[in-house]
Amino acid sequence: MTKDDAVLRMTDIVAKFVAFTGKRLPDDVREKIAELAGQEEEPLAKAIYQTMLKNQELAQELNRPSCQDTGAIQFFLKCGANFPYMSELSGILRESVIRATKEAPLRHNAVETFDEYNTGKNVALGIPSLFWDVVPERDDCEIYTYMAGGGCSLPGHAKVLMPGEGYEGVTRFVLDVMTSYGLNACPPLLVGVGIGTSVEVAALHSKKALMRPIGSHNPNPRAAKMEQLLETGINKIGLGPQGLRGKNSVLGVNIENSARHPSVIGVAVNVGCWSHRRGHIVFDKDLNYTIDSHSEVDF
Amino acid sequence: MAKKVLTTPIQAEDLEDIHVGDVIYLTGRLTTCRDVAHRRVIEEKRPLPVDVKDGAILHAGPIIRPLGEDKYEMVTVGPTTSMRMEKFEEEFIKETGVRLIIGKGGMGDGTMRGCRDYKAIHCVFPAGCAVVAATCVEEIIDAQWKDLGMPETLWTSKVKEFGPLIVSIDTHGNNIFEENKVIFNKRKEEVYEEICREVRFIK
Ligand code: SF4
Repeated sequence: MTKDDAVLRMTDIVAKFVAFTGKRLPDDVREKIAELAGQEEEPLAKAIYQTMLKNQELAQELNRPSCQDTGAIQFFLKCGANFPYMSELSGILRESVIRATKEAPLRHNAVETFDEYNTGKNVALGIPSLFWDVVPERDDCEIYTYMAGGGCSLPGHAKVLMPGEGYEGVTRFVLDVMTSYGLNACPPLLVGVGIGTSVEVAALHSKKALMRPIGSHNPNPRAAKMEQLLETGINKIGLGPQGLRGKNSVLGVNIENSARHPSVIGVAVNVGCWSHRRGHIVFDKDLNYTIDSHSEVDF
Repeated sequence: MAKKVLTTPIQAEDLEDIHVGDVIYLTGRLTTCRDVAHRRVIEEKRPLPVDVKDGAILHAGPIIRPLGEDKYEMVTVGPTTSMRMEKFEEEFIKETGVRLIIGKGGMGDGTMRGCRDYKAIHCVFPAGCAVVAATCVEEIIDAQWKDLGMPETLWTSKVKEFGPLIVSIDTHGNNIFEENKVIFNKRKEEVYEEICREVRFIK
């Protein structure tokens, strides 16, 4: 395969995958929604869940994006340092978004700041957003795709706490976001919490936490315990689907963390809405690909 | 339970027995109406070019496919955050005589007063269910204020059993989101205390 052929192939696959993720939710989200729907007894909550499930069926049947807000596209990369198309990757991803926008179709969601106009293509300065992790000694490339909708991006908050506030302060911070902004972000939510030193570190952790599958746990036992405590606790608040009350509030709580400066605790919260359009695709060095977020991919 | 379907034109009496938390559906005419249209009616004092008296509006910006010769198809339509229209809604209800307002999330005291005094209700359509909404649209019959662009144009559609619509403000002065907030905040404090006992990792 020449380099040009390779670029075309990868662009084509990513474009189709992105378009596809707008129409079908990942397996873990679908399973969790079905599970939560089954627990509801109130007619109101049940009616909302039934509509959600019907919507996902219709989206597939009619081949349309399931939510009208197909977000700003973001890519989280774990790229092997020896992946042969590393230099071409940002161009490939940008082009694939333009293609997906036409083919899906996706809503035009890229507005240039200051000049304040919509480019009409879903690409603009820094959109799609690329977050790079380069992995030594590997020659494959993992890509998480994400549609960052307006409603689910809005609750995002980050703050640097004083150590005296402790993990109790972290708890307060997370819970406050849930009962204010969380309500309108289309619950049940996947909640990402990031802990580190400064705001950007915490914020990036909180978003990467949303790329982790529902039901996975932080490897640190205390962090994993806090995930569980927050999940149980927020569920007890009972936001329910669409914030209209129900047995649960969240799809899950994922915490990602790194060490901190002794004088501060940086904390951030990000949420994914019930329509959590996350995809995960891995290319090997010959551009054979595997998709593990979605079974039965048909494109 | 029988499906409760409201049909336009809607009379004040039709709304009497409807309470917050009820699930209803709409058949008849529905007009999309959002930020700038509200501003024009209230601040610019321009009459709404669509008669929505005893009718229904939807806070939404749809994706429309033009079919030529002034014909259009609704591809997806999902509600947008109603709270952005809160500033105008009380007066808007009074000015236009609209009976049913559909959107996403709750609205505030102004809308609650408008609904109570002039007999209207606010309902939530489950957000993220844009394909369901689009399939309840039979046809688009009118487009006004097209100068506002696709999302803001007043698109009037014929809809059939558009819903489910969850009543969030009724004609009796109730507002489900305000009631829920009180409950959520109370529960939050209990949860906070519980979790804090377990996360004293800094010792
Ligand atoms: S929060 Fe998610 S489901 Fe709700 S409207 Fe936005 S993108 Fe769609």
